[in-house]
Amino acid sequence: MADLLDAFTLGVRAMFAYQAVFFALLAIGLNVHFGYTGLLNFGQIAFAMLGGFGIAISVSKWDLPFWVGVLIGIAAAVLLALLLGLPTLRLRADYLAIVTIASAEALRLLFRSGGSTELTNSTQGISDFNGGFLSLAPWDVAKRYDILGTRWSGGELWVITVGWSLVALSCLLVWALMRSPWGRVLRAVREDEDAARALGKNVYAFKMQSLVLGGIFGALGGMIYAVGTGSQNPDQYQNANTFLAYGALILGGAARVLGPVIGAMLLWFIIAFSDSALAALVSGDNSFFGLFEWGDLLSTTDIAYIRFIIIGLGLMLLMIFRPQGILGDRREVMLDAR
Amino acid sequence: MPADQPHGATAASQLSGAPAAPARLAQAALRDVPWEIGVAKPDPAIVVDGVTRTFGGLTAVSVDHLEIQRGGITGLIGPNGAGKTTLFNLLTGFDQPNAGTWSFDGRSLGRLSPHQVARLGVVRTFQLTKALSRLTVLQNMLLGAKDQRGEGFFRSLVPGVWKKEEAANTEKALELLARFKLDAKKDDFAGTLSGGQRKLLEMARALMSDPKVVMLDEPMAGVNPALTQSLLGHVKDLREQGMTVIFVEHDMDVVRDISDWVVVMAAGRVIAEGPPESISQNQAVVDAYLGAHHDAPLTIEEEDQVLAEAEAAIAREEGTTGEVLTSERTDGEGTQR
Repeated sequence: MADLLDAFTLGVRAMFAYQAVFFALLAIGLNVHFGYTGLLNFGQIAFAMLGGFGIAISVSKWDLPFWVGVLIGIAAAVLLALLLGLPTLRLRADYLAIVTIASAEALRLLFRSGGSTELTNSTQGISDFNGGFLSLAPWDVAKRYDILGTRWSGGELWVITVGWSLVALSCLLVWALMRSPWGRVLRAVREDEDAARALGKNVYAFKMQSLVLGGIFGALGGMIYAVGTGSQNPDQYQNANTFLAYGALILGGAARVLGPVIGAMLLWFIIAFSDSALAALVSGDNSFFGLFEWGDLLSTTDIAYIRFIIIGLGLMLLMIFRPQGILGDRREVMLDAR
Repeated sequence: MPADQPHGATAASQLSGAPAAPARLAQAALRDVPWEIGVAKPDPAIVVDGVTRTFGGLTAVSVDHLEIQRGGITGLIGPNGAGKTTLFNLLTGFDQPNAGTWSFDGRSLGRLSPHQVARLGVVRTFQLTKALSRLTVLQNMLLGAKDQRGEGFFRSLVPGVWKKEEAANTEKALELLARFKLDAKKDDFAGTLSGGQRKLLEMARALMSDPKVVMLDEPMAGVNPALTQSLLGHVKDLREQGMTVIFVEHDMDVVRDISDWVVVMAAGRVIAEGPPESISQNQAVVDAYLGAHHDAPLTIEEEDQVLAEAEAAIAREEGTTGEVLTSERTDGEGTQR
């Protein structure tokens, strides 16, 4: 029982850790793309990578101040969005999906290739860049703090403070945009591009604006991730993360301002909780009603996979019983069936 | 029946303050226009010149010259596959032709994208209704308003810039919804409306932009007869408000009832135009719809031939001389069509 309680505490801690911030921001971007505009961006992680490496390269290679790195990361994300959007947004939705998924993988391979060692340190990674960020913290980053039974280092606390403020500001921005006539056009584009065109809306321009905005959220996520881990390696940005972020978005409810945030927090709670709960189950002398020992059935290495099986199962059940996600409106989702 | 005026129409026109029997200016203006293909109209809003559109080997549209009278209702009819919807797509920028020019109010519409055409005041509806399902009826309507300040990315963040305009648009939208009897549904998702209500919503939404030309692609398709009458009333209302209406329709009663001028297309070409009463007597139109010589009476020669064949058959059965049999048979085969 004490093990379970510990697992729960760790789960709650993971809900607020910088990984959750990372996925929340990725998912907020995807919410703008997919939830509101209907754009299928399957390469959101590429925007995050540009954000993270934007800081890492600017600070450690070019000796620029931290905040210039932030601007460079955002500019790189905007550029990527324009490059991806220019040829594909006039075409059917599937073309954007193909191009984004391919370029996310291509960019990662480019960053880890031997030829870019000078800039990205290839697979070695860059690690000396977040000192400038941590020095801004108003408290001692080296000390440890206990908050409600969870332990945080001062650095972590600073990262998540900035991170969650960023999430809050992003949500506020999305809320303000989506209640405006601008957001209404985005939703019209999601429903039917031709209808929006027939009403005099420049669909291409709206789609481009949406792609750029969502990409910037992705880049901000990558920056939080970068200062959170303190090291940047291209292989941290596997495209599987894009799909986990989609998982978070669907879990929380697409086209809802807080959907991606709730989804990302819950996703990380499930991952961390099941991880430590299963570990406790396997390590101790726990038997299944005296029939067999859990430790004989599962090894500790299995646990990493099993928690994703649990997430997959959870998403399946969610799709069956609550297709609108946690915050969604069932009536709205069921209209798609027509 | 179309003979008695539909109640929806009179009710609607009284609402808008127009006289019960409005003067059909376009009809009067078109009275003296000859019933010829490509004839010049007194006051054309849209002029089409030599527009062709081919899909591979198929010529979907090939219109030499066509003018649409301003302020009138022009019906566009023709059998399936005649190119009516393709012509609509070309005129509204949803498709680009292989050759040809077309203009609206003297301004060329060639190479304009759909939203630019719409901003000039030419709006269309679709054959398969495009209600924006997961937007409410009211949001659908508000989307139709033109030149909204709040649709700019940065301006949308400052509600003060667009709140007033939004309120004015909402008022206008509610008025239109009331006219189209959709006001009770304003907060429902458009996806929950019936097919006929979606047609109404699409038309009302198009009107939000104060268009000059309204192009309706089969506005009555799949609409129950009761609603057809009120839709008809609304279309007539558009004319009374000075808009130019072009509509595609298959129901000839409807076409005869409301159009001032009818253009008939078949196999991509305009095969006839004229006032509605001229169309049903037009041989080319009858041929296009029913196939050539579908029920033309037999000529005397044809009757003789049929008679001779029948006699020969009787002769064969009765077993008379072989001479008659062979000669009759070759004769019969030679003249058979």
